[in-house]
Amino acid sequence: MSPSALIAFLGGALLGALGVVLLAAGWRAIRGGRALATPAERATYETLHLASRAAGHLRGGLAAGDPTRAAKALRQLLDADALALADPHGVVALDGPAPLQAAAERLARAAADAGATQLLTADASIDRRDAVAAPIRLPGREGPGSVAGSLVAFASPVRPPLVRAAEEAASWVAAQLELAELDASRAALAEAEVRALRAQISPHFIYNALTAIASTITTEPARARELVLEFADFTRYSFRRAGDFTTLADELQSIDSYLQLERARFGERLAVQLRIAPEVLPTVIPFLSLQPLVENAVRHGLEPQEGGGTITITADAEGAFTVVRIDDDGVGTDPESLRAALAGRPTVDHVGLRNVDARLRQVYGDDCGLVVETQVGAGTLIVMRVPRSQPENDVQGVRR
Amino acid sequence: MSDASALGALGALGAAAATSVSDATPASFGYAGIIIVTLTTVLVGALAVRLSRTTRDFYVASRTVPPWLNASAIGGEYLSAASVLGVAGLILLQGAGGLWFPIGYAAGYLMLLLFVAAPLRRSGAYTVPDFTGARLRSRSVRRATSVLVIVIGWFYIVPQLQGAALTVSIATGLPPWAGSVAVAVIVGVIVAAGGMRSITFVQAFQFWLKLTAVALPAIVMLVVVGGRDLGAAAATAFPAALGPAAVNPYATASLAIALLLGTLGLPHVLVRFTTNPDGVAARRTTLITVVLLVTFYVFPTTIGMLGRAFAPDLATPGTADSVALLLPGRLVDGLAGDLLGALIVAGAFGAFLSTSSGLVVSLAGVISQEVAGGTVRGFRVAALASTLVPLLVVLMIEPAGLAGSVGLVFAFTASTLSPLLVLGVWWRGLTARGALAGMLTGAIACAVAVGLGVLRVPGAGGALVDAAPLAADWAAWLQAALAAPAAWTIPLAVLVTVLVSRYGGGSPPVDVDRILARLHLPERRRPKPQ
Repeated sequence: MSPSALIAFLGGALLGALGVVLLAAGWRAIRGGRALATPAERATYETLHLASRAAGHLRGGLAAGDPTRAAKALRQLLDADALALADPHGVVALDGPAPLQAAAERLARAAADAGATQLLTADASIDRRDAVAAPIRLPGREGPGSVAGSLVAFASPVRPPLVRAAEEAASWVAAQLELAELDASRAALAEAEVRALRAQISPHFIYNALTAIASTITTEPARARELVLEFADFTRYSFRRAGDFTTLADELQSIDSYLQLERARFGERLAVQLRIAPEVLPTVIPFLSLQPLVENAVRHGLEPQEGGGTITITADAEGAFTVVRIDDDGVGTDPESLRAALAGRPTVDHVGLRNVDARLRQVYGDDCGLVVETQVGAGTLIVMRVPRSQPENDVQGVRR
Repeated sequence: MSDASALGALGALGAAAATSVSDATPASFGYAGIIIVTLTTVLVGALAVRLSRTTRDFYVASRTVPPWLNASAIGGEYLSAASVLGVAGLILLQGAGGLWFPIGYAAGYLMLLLFVAAPLRRSGAYTVPDFTGARLRSRSVRRATSVLVIVIGWFYIVPQLQGAALTVSIATGLPPWAGSVAVAVIVGVIVAAGGMRSITFVQAFQFWLKLTAVALPAIVMLVVVGGRDLGAAAATAFPAALGPAAVNPYATASLAIALLLGTLGLPHVLVRFTTNPDGVAARRTTLITVVLLVTFYVFPTTIGMLGRAFAPDLATPGTADSVALLLPGRLVDGLAGDLLGALIVAGAFGAFLSTSSGLVVSLAGVISQEVAGGTVRGFRVAALASTLVPLLVVLMIEPAGLAGSVGLVFAFTASTLSPLLVLGVWWRGLTARGALAGMLTGAIACAVAVGLGVLRVPGAGGALVDAAPLAADWAAWLQAALAAPAAWTIPLAVLVTVLVSRYGGGSPPVDVDRILARLHLPERRRPKPQ
């Protein structure tokens, strides 16, 4: 390219960028109307902004969240010199000079023990500053567990408004911690649901598998041995305790064991076809998210059909996503009853499907729920779509 | 890039095609080569995955891509127009100095192997923005990285389309724009229609195609030439003045650093690593890739050397890149020469297709995730946008040397994304603010240098040299610093990143230890389930 063309090109790009910046700044000035706001409006805005920032950092609780950043926002909110947050074991975050740490520890403990606001005035140990400590008391609780920590604010001097503000801030922090606890118990519930799902697979399937193995023991001992080993593999994978995630490869391996056992029962009536693009095999998926879909296809699609049928499993890379399709040419389902089951109405059927759908939505968002295409007599196609990139979700597990 | 005249090349492609069409392969052979390569690519892409497997093959199906196959795929995606055509052209133009390009291109994977391959695979990230966003827990870093990836990707596709214009006009006599449009349309349609499902097989196939396409003609030409008396030709082809002593140390070092580090941040490189099952496999894959690339680069280099001896008339900035396409027809007579020419045309066209499609797939992934929340529709639109924008750029600007343009993209990547990746993997003190400041500094410094480098600094050559030696010396240095900016932009970006991380007021993410443990602990050492 000629120099002049390049200069024109770069100059144009620079001017364009400048224009965009100016436009954005102007738009913001018009929309934001900062100059037009009254002092009271601005104070409201500032307060809400700082509070929502602190709320974000407190969302994980004092232990798992980011209390250092929360303390910073709270200090700005209270307009104090320094601010410390403490949990029952001691100070977890101090925004201000480090020498205040000891005094903060002392005051925090005193406030938590007394369950009431503590004041310290012009103390030598804190550079002749004043300090106020307010207990963070969880609402609606009594007894020793009701104080979740304390908030200590340093200022010179501490005037009555700051004392009140510190108490209000402490009760606001308590509300945030309650929310954090709610989050944690929701996560625990989801985990319990996964555990329940693991326990759920077993009864029918274990019974059927054992019967099938029993029927081959005398006629084909070698085959029976093989099946018992498949059964062992399958249960070891399904009953492992740690880790919410696995790889597509490992899940497919387990599905293989599962289908081997089902084929012992179905014989030639159950055909399986696979088309897996190898690059998606390391994709991280929620543990036991695919196996229930295959089991659903076998139990609700092929088992009721006289001549059996074929299950086709495909996995492809589509852009930044891995798409897994499980297709069976079985009896299909009434879309309405399936919709009811997925919406969470209590049914006996499709519990596994509903559980997988809920977990996918919880982990990847509502866009990644299951897509099911079915009609009575027309088979069922289940599509699962998960992002290939999951830096948040780590696979723990034994590699084969 | 080390030679500003290669960068500011004015040669028109049409002229190259017109002057040399007589030695070129007949148009019918050229058409055949292009069509066969395109069809094979589409077929492999669409059909490889359809090989149906039944239950007993489950074990086979659930085995991940073996390292050698993935390494071939990486090679196929990586070896672009700059490698297949540009390297030969550059050696023809610059002699020994041009050797730094193939060395840098291949050794970049050594850097990848040493510093980031395994940790990046363990991070679980699919694209560079995924990695930086998760490493620093910052949306704005993610955004900024996405913008850089998109810009880099677009500018990397541009030389591919320029190479296509050159190849098609020489092979078929069509006007140059036809080649660019053809490649852009083919790639855009294939990717948007989801035809690149088994992209690993396609790219691996492309590597071996490209290797054959340059190796076979190079070997046949060597055999043909072996019988001739080189005598005088050798002396003119490799004058002592153009030997290693003639190389400007600063420009060479700068180029080498840009190529070594630029590879780390290229948008389509990280994507391929998610195909490996774990960090160890990622490392093994990278090692095999280095071997494959080194083997490959022997042949374009050989063609360039042969060009210096037997086609010195092509050694002008505008025509040099066509040497690999034209030389077989000149040295080998008759049908054999035509077939070899068609083979190189096919290999070069394959290079444009594979590199562009790899880039478009990863760019469309990044764009659709940022803008459209990762929907299928968004991906398709993004894929079309990722081919149209570079196509417009190609149609508007005149081409420079292929290897030179690619070298500039490497310099830009090395000054922006590479420091961030290396520091992100190895330094726990990195903060989001530091990363943003470093990326911005590197991008601006590099863009300004490239922009100004096109201008001749007064006194850098010509009459002023004798009049004011000292000033001229400084001007020459300035000229070199602008033409080959990597040697100062990379340290500058690193310095700014470190200083802002240290003193910029931000703090590393709270769970930085957990993140780094995930990056560095081998998978087998992780806590095992009970």
